[in-house]
Amino acid sequence: MGIRFILMVNKQGQTRLAQYYEYLTLEERRALEGEIVRKCLARNEQQCSFVEHRNYKIVYRRYASLFFLVGVDNDENELAILEFIHLLVETMDRHFGNVCELDIMFHLEKAHFMLEEMVMNGCIVETSKSNILSPIQLMDRA
Amino acid sequence: MEQLKTIGRELAMGSQGGFGQSKEFLDLVKSIGEARSKAEEDRIVLHEIETLKRRISEPDIPKRKMKEYIIRLVYIEMLGHDASFGYIHAVKMTHDDTLLLKRTGYLAVTLFLNDDHDLIILIVNTIQKDLRSDNYLVVCAALNAVCRLINEETIPAMLPQVVDLLAHSKEAVRKKAIMALHRFYQKSPSSVSHLVSNFRKRLCDNDPGVMGATLCPLFDLITIEVHSYKDLVVSFVSILKQVAERRLPKSYDYHQMPAPFIQIRLLKILALLGSGDKQASENMYTVVGDIFRKCDSSSNIGNAVLYECVCCVSSIYPNPKLLEAAADVISRFLKSDSHNLKYMGIDSLGRLIKMSPEIAEQHQLAVIDCLEDPDDTLKRKTFELLYKMTKSSNVEVIVDRMIDYMISINDNHYKTDIASRCVELAEQFAPSNHWFILTMNKVFEHAGDLVNVKVAHNLMRLIAEGFGEDDDAADSQLRSSAVESYLHIIGEPKLPSVFLQVICWVLGEYGTADGKYSASYITGKLCDVAEACSNDETVKAYAVTALMKIYAFEIAAGRKVDMLHECQSLVEELSASHSTDLQQRAYELQAVICLDAHAVENIIPSDASCEDVEIDKNLSFLNSYVQQSMENGAQPYIPETQRSGMLDTNFRSQDQPEASLHGLRFEAYELPKPPVPSRIHTASLEPSTELVPASEPAYPKDTHQVATVPSVSDAGSSELKLRLDGVQRKWGRPAYSSSAPSPSSSTSQNTVNGVTQIDAAGSVISKAHKTNDSRKPRVEISPEKQKLAASLFGGSSQTEKRSTSASHKVTKAVSHAAGKSQAPKSAVVSNQVTVEKTIHQPPPDLLDLGEPAVPSTTPSVDPFKQLEGLLDPTQVSSTANHGAVGAATESPDIIALYGKTPASGHSSSAAISLPTNGDGVNFTAGLLDATLSTAHAGTTLPTQSIKGLNAKDSLEKDALVRQMGVTPSSQNPNLFRDLLS
Repeated sequence: MGIRFILMVNKQGQTRLAQYYEYLTLEERRALEGEIVRKCLARNEQQCSFVEHRNYKIVYRRYASLFFLVGVDNDENELAILEFIHLLVETMDRHFGNVCELDIMFHLEKAHFMLEEMVMNGCIVETSKSNILSPIQLMDRA
Repeated sequence: MEQLKTIGRELAMGSQGGFGQSKEFLDLVKSIGEARSKAEEDRIVLHEIETLKRRISEPDIPKRKMKEYIIRLVYIEMLGHDASFGYIHAVKMTHDDTLLLKRTGYLAVTLFLNDDHDLIILIVNTIQKDLRSDNYLVVCAALNAVCRLINEETIPAMLPQVVDLLAHSKEAVRKKAIMALHRFYQKSPSSVSHLVSNFRKRLCDNDPGVMGATLCPLFDLITIEVHSYKDLVVSFVSILKQVAERRLPKSYDYHQMPAPFIQIRLLKILALLGSGDKQASENMYTVVGDIFRKCDSSSNIGNAVLYECVCCVSSIYPNPKLLEAAADVISRFLKSDSHNLKYMGIDSLGRLIKMSPEIAEQHQLAVIDCLEDPDDTLKRKTFELLYKMTKSSNVEVIVDRMIDYMISINDNHYKTDIASRCVELAEQFAPSNHWFILTMNKVFEHAGDLVNVKVAHNLMRLIAEGFGEDDDAADSQLRSSAVESYLHIIGEPKLPSVFLQVICWVLGEYGTADGKYSASYITGKLCDVAEACSNDETVKAYAVTALMKIYAFEIAAGRKVDMLHECQSLVEELSASHSTDLQQRAYELQAVICLDAHAVENIIPSDASCEDVEIDKNLSFLNSYVQQSMENGAQPYIPETQRSGMLDTNFRSQDQPEASLHGLRFEAYELPKPPVPSRIHTASLEPSTELVPASEPAYPKDTHQVATVPSVSDAGSSELKLRLDGVQRKWGRPAYSSSAPSPSSSTSQNTVNGVTQIDAAGSVISKAHKTNDSRKPRVEISPEKQKLAASLFGGSSQTEKRSTSASHKVTKAVSHAAGKSQAPKSAVVSNQVTVEKTIHQPPPDLLDLGEPAVPSTTPSVDPFKQLEGLLDPTQVSSTANHGAVGAATESPDIIALYGKTPASGHSSSAAISLPTNGDGVNFTAGLLDATLSTAHAGTTLPTQSIKGLNAKDSLEKDALVRQMGVTPSSQNPNLFRDLLS
């Protein structure tokens, strides 16, 4: 299935966005997020951007104070996922203009809409920024 | 500064409203954003839950307001609290006519509900309606929901509409319809098996987005059955070619790479299709070679595609040229300073090594560096590689390292993993019985309760059967050394249960076999074990059965049995046990020791755990008894299949055929035991006796039957199975290696083990010296490392070869350097880029890079945040906006930046690490921008021109937020930091 979940978490470990592509109960999510965030925040920037956790591989990337974490299957191309994160941030940046943590917080649904365009069933289905953003812009105008 | 910033904000405040959101919502987000701890956050959310519970059920809530409530529910769940009280409102919102509200409703529902939730049924109808909508955005929203909410039962309700939408005029709809179908396939392959051809059709869609999405389901389909898709090889190759040649719209480019994500998926598919298929692979060589050449190896995304090429090359039928290109990529990865690339390098090395085993040697030092790296991720990946390149010459070093690492970690998941790998390697390549037993002991001691029970059963089986060679002496030596080591280890406290079971079993079977230890000594030890594990019934059962075996062997050998006192009391205690299993064992033991030697020998033959047991499946020996009963008026047996509706009257229990003609059956149904028929078949005419291998269920309960090995039943089913047939097992998929080590060669290595190893060690050290000389920047390589390298990589090949590879490396390094110094144009460009970089890079980023250099930095250190806050990019730009004054204040800033660069130390190396790398490309984009703007603005500073527009934006945003009452500088300045700065 490829991508199992996408998380945005800030430096304090607070969740800013969470999207799961397989069902986990609230408790499972809470536990998983706690473990993963602890693991990733403890790493320094020289270390790999990849962490194994249980049967997931976490690919993460830090932007200012915000961490983007993507949980993937074992046979996924980690570097590509790392760039997928960057593409996501670039897309948000194009939409919000100098996107910051607060933009995502105030427009949580929009961030989700973008993800909905980019990822379906855990697969990356759209990578063209204009294609990703056009439905969202149309909705804004409406 | 602070004042200027404030003034800027006040000025920009203007007359705008909020983001169209209420004060209440903004307050909530604000307070969540400023929460300093999880506890505080929880408090806020709990309060929010109370508020919402009251408010959300009020009548006549305006739609906009309701949307906000729904988002607030999303927040509640996201932060780990239950918001189920509001689910129904999210469901209702999906009925709304306004697109934004509808989509928000769908979003919330998909975030809240699993596809088997009761509320889903209320949405199915809405989705069906929306799929028919004229507005394609509504259709898209519904299709998104289909992908998340439809389960196996509801698929038929959606299927026809989804299929119709595959031909929709809007590409966005077609794309989502394909993915919905993909989802149906994932959920229930049979439901869409007749529609699979649609995926093929959509592959030829005019829209690249639809085509790209179609690759996802096709990849899944091809993974499952490659053969049905061989005809598509040509299409995939031609698509890949077109993508690589930039025939796709520019908007799919990412960092100057044409549609890299589509390329990667195509390469994955080709890897599957070309695996083990020479003809298919030949079609791919050209295009994969092209991509190798075209990929930009300086960007992350370029390397991602290159990595995928390596994966593809190592999966398809080998081609020397491509293998060479792949090897080049790998060595570049491994030599990189970026840990991410090293990781990819190690991974791809593990893949390519199947094809060309010799490639590992030239990277031995890099591999060892990774193995010793403090970065756990890298270390694990390297262990994975070592696992793949283990052979009999290096197994000892590798397994020892793995066990050391296994002991050092706490992560049970990985511990289990690495333990079973150790076991597998030890079984496959063990140089000696003694080493094997000791290694297994270590694994069991430290990870005993984590390893699969099958591993234990396999170990017992291996000890019983020997290594497969017909060498009885070696086998008994194996057993003796096992017994000895177990007797040594048995006294240690807290041994895992599984390990104790193995110990008991082995001691029972072979404890007295070589005559070294007396029966009373072994039984004493067994009693100790049973007493020590007073609450582990399984171990006790193993111990009792072992006792019985020891005594039986003694009796059979004609010796007089004196039961130890402690043993007697143990048996007595167990015969009153609550566990019927233990009770039975105890009684059996008591019965067996009263029998004469001949009988005992028949019941428990010595060293017969591997013998096949004859089972008369049809129980023909009972025929006469059955006949007699029938003559006495008993009803004949009716096979189960013919027995419908008259179960009770005709049922016969196994033990007492005539007893229960009427009435209920009181004894419990037996556990399912597939091979042994439990009913009497009188119908059988031919009294055939079949030889059935003693198949015994895996649970230890039954070990008392006959002395057989537990868990022989599912031979061949598990991956954890041993190599028991003396055949060198190959790992992974079929590979084509020209110089693959044949089993015979490896065994010969085994025998002359010591010699080859010493030889290899010498040669590698000399080689290491050579490389050391040729590569000056390399820090001195410690002799330990060299030794390790020698023991890991020293093996089959000759010194000659190594020296050539070394010199090859040197020349490559030189040419690499030459390549760098050449190309004046690119040098100039890059120069420029670096200059731009230092100017454009906003201060906080530099700080960020510098951060890791300070060892004591923890995520929550505040002084740094303060600093970041001071150097906030908005501040720089706001000063820039103020013209002359701004410029004046700005220039020292830049100087400070320059000053910072060397101070941060690591920044140069960090620049190669991933996150900045991505930005690097941005900077080139920025460069373009800058040149454009300098063209029309003349002398203005580049900083200003780039940030100019955006700065105003962010300033406005900042002000707006401030107006709402969020005070950025005081609590959490990070909230305002541009992510892409």
